[in-house]
Amino acid sequence: MSTALAVLRKDLLLELRTLETIPAMALFSITTFVIFHFGLNRPTVDGQLAAGVLTVTLLFAGILGVNRLFVAEREQGGFDAFLLAPVDRTALLLAKASALFLFLAVLEVIAVPAFSLFLLGPPLGPALPSLIAVLALADLGIAVIGTLVSALAVQTRARDVIGPVIGLPLLVPALIATARAIGPLLRATGPAPLPGKWLLILALYDLVFALVAYAVFDFLLED
Amino acid sequence: MVDTPAIELRDVARYFGERIALRDITFAVPAGATLAVLGRNGAGKSTLLRVLATLLRQHAGEVLLLGEPLPRRGFAVRGRLGLLAHEPLLYRDLSGRENLRYHARLYGVGSERVEEVLRAVRMERRADEPVRLLSRGMVQRVAVCRAVLHDPEILLLDEARANLDPGASELVEPLLGRPAGRTRVITSHDPQAALAEADLALGLRDGRPMFSLPADQVTPDLVRELYA
Amino acid sequence: MPTYGRGLRVLSILTVVTISAALILVFFYAPLDANQGFIQKIFYIHVPLAIVSLCGFVFGGLLGVMHLKTGDRRYDMRSYVAIHMSLIFGVAALISGSIWAKASWGHWWVWDDPTLVSYLIVVLMFATYTPFRFSIEDPERQARYASVFAILGGAFVPLNFVAVRAAQGLVHPRVLTVSGGNLPGPMALTFLISLIGIALLYATLWKYEMAAKNARIQLRALRRRVLGDDDVSPLQRTAAPSL
Repeated sequence: MSTALAVLRKDLLLELRTLETIPAMALFSITTFVIFHFGLNRPTVDGQLAAGVLTVTLLFAGILGVNRLFVAEREQGGFDAFLLAPVDRTALLLAKASALFLFLAVLEVIAVPAFSLFLLGPPLGPALPSLIAVLALADLGIAVIGTLVSALAVQTRARDVIGPVIGLPLLVPALIATARAIGPLLRATGPAPLPGKWLLILALYDLVFALVAYAVFDFLLED
Repeated sequence: MVDTPAIELRDVARYFGERIALRDITFAVPAGATLAVLGRNGAGKSTLLRVLATLLRQHAGEVLLLGEPLPRRGFAVRGRLGLLAHEPLLYRDLSGRENLRYHARLYGVGSERVEEVLRAVRMERRADEPVRLLSRGMVQRVAVCRAVLHDPEILLLDEARANLDPGASELVEPLLGRPAGRTRVITSHDPQAALAEADLALGLRDGRPMFSLPADQVTPDLVRELYA
Repeated sequence: MPTYGRGLRVLSILTVVTISAALILVFFYAPLDANQGFIQKIFYIHVPLAIVSLCGFVFGGLLGVMHLKTGDRRYDMRSYVAIHMSLIFGVAALISGSIWAKASWGHWWVWDDPTLVSYLIVVLMFATYTPFRFSIEDPERQARYASVFAILGGAFVPLNFVAVRAAQGLVHPRVLTVSGGNLPGPMALTFLISLIGIALLYATLWKYEMAAKNARIQLRALRRRVLGDDDVSPLQRTAAPSL
C-alpha cells in the first residue's frame, strides 16, 4: 500500500512538473464540444443525445491519458527501477489506476462545466450529485481498463495505436452503461431519477475487470 | 563460518526466441569478492547481469543469490541487490533529490540516507535541479547514489565507470569499489581495468563461457582470444 | 508431445455426418417461416456460427489462463488457434447475419439490434489480437501478453453481451431467451443439430490446425538438431506462437 502511494506520489509530482496529460485532455474535451456544436448543428443538446456527447468526449479524452500512462516508465527506465525494488508488483497497477482516475476526475471538473456552458440545454445543478456518482463509477472502469491496456501497449511497437484499438472496444459496455445512466439526468424537462440498472451494470463491469486486472498484471511485468 | 557463496549459478541458460543469449553458465562468487565478466558486445554480459538483478528469469539452470533460489525467492533478495547499468533509471523531469527520495521510499530507506549519499558524491547542491539539466557525468553520480542507497550486499555494475571523469570516478570509489566490501559483478569495455579490480573472471563468447578463472590467471593472450 | 492427430479421423467423419444431417434437416424438414420465407433458413447457420465463435473466444481466454498459470507455451498455441478460428467463424457469422438482415429487414446492417452490434464489437476487438501479437518481438513476451489479451477478451464477451442486451433492442428476433427457446419443435431439432455440427466443425478444424503447427514445430526442432543451429535459417518475426 505504501508502495502504491510512493509511486502515485511520484506520478502526480511528474504530472504537476510536466503538465503533459491533464491540459491536453481538458483542451481536447473543450475542442470536441465545439466540434460537436458545429457537427450536430444545434445550439444545445439535452437528454440521451447530451449524455452520448458527454460520455464519448470524456472517453476519447481519457484515451489520451491512457496512452501516456506508462511512457515515462518505458523511456526512462521506470520499469526496471520498480522491478528491482523489494516491493509488491501489483502496487504499480494500483498506483497507475489511481493516477488515471485522478486525472479523469480533474478532467471532469473542467470538462463538465464547459459542457454545461457550451452545449447543454437544461441546467446541470439538480442532476449534479447523480452525475458525479455515475462518472465516478465510469472513471473507475476507464482507469482499470486504461491501465491494463496501457501496460499491454507500452511494450509493443505500435504503442500509440494499440492502446485505443484494444481499449475502446473493451470500454464499450462501460460507455453504454454510462451514457444510458446519464441520459435521464439531462432531460430537457428536468432530471429523471437515476436508472439503477445501469449503475449495476457499470459496477459489475468495474468489479470483473478490477479482479481480472489484479490477477494478470504481474504477468505483464515479469520477464 | 559461513561458506555459502554470495552468488552461485549452475548450468544457467537464457534464450531469446531460438537465439541463445546465455548457455551453460556455471560459476560461484564468494561473499565480498569481485567477478569480472568479459566479452565482446552481444556476448551476453548485460543479459547475465539482468538475470542476477532478478529482472530476467533464467530458462534453465539454477541461480542462487545469498543462498536464495531465483526466481522463486526473488522478493527476498531484491532489497539486498544494487544495479548500475547504462540507464541511470532516473526520471528526467524530477530532481536528483526527488528521484532518490522516491527510491528511498521503495526500499524503505530514510531520507537522511539520501542526503548522506548525495554528500558522498558531492551532488548535494545540485540535487534540486531536474535531472535533464545535469551533465551526463553528474547524472551518473546520482545514479550511483541510487544504486547504493539501500546499502546492498551485492552490487552489479554494467559499464558503471562510463561517463565519469577521473575525479568523479575517485569520488564514487568508496561507494562502488572494493573497499566497500560488497560482493560485486562488473563488466567493462576495458578488460584490463576490470581484471585489475577483480578476484574472478568469466569470459563469455556468444552466450557461452569461454573461461572461468581467478582474475590473476587470465593472460593477455586469453583476453585477446576472447575478443578476437 | 501430443500429436493432436489422434481421433482426428473419427472427429472429421462425425463432423461431416452431422453437418450433412443438419443440411438435410434444414432444407427438407424444418418448416418454412411464415414471415420471412426461405431466407430465414440462414438462421440455422448464422446463429450456431455466432454461438460457437463466442464460446471459442471464451475458450481461448481459458487457455490463456492455463498458459499464465503453468507457463507451458503449448497452451498459448492452443489459445492462439482457438482465437483465430473463432475470428474466422465470427466473420462468417457477421456475413451470414448481414445477408439475413438484408433479406428480412432490407438493410445490410442495423444499428438498433443489440445482439448484432455487441457481436460486431467482440469481433472487432479480437481482430486486433493477431496484429497485437505481431507487434511484440520477443516470443516469450508475445505469448504472455497475448494470454493477457485473451483473458481480457474472454471476460469481455459475457459482459458486453449483458450490457448491449440490456440496452433493449427490438429488432433482433429473441429466439433464444433465458426462459428457454420459443422455437417450435421441428425448428428446435434442426437448430440443435446445426449447432452440434458447427461445434464439431470448430473442434475438428482446431485439431487440424494444432496438428499442423505441432508438426511444423517438431520438424524445425529436428532440422535444427540434425543440421545444427547455424544452418537452419532463423524464424522471421511472426505473430504465431513459436515455442
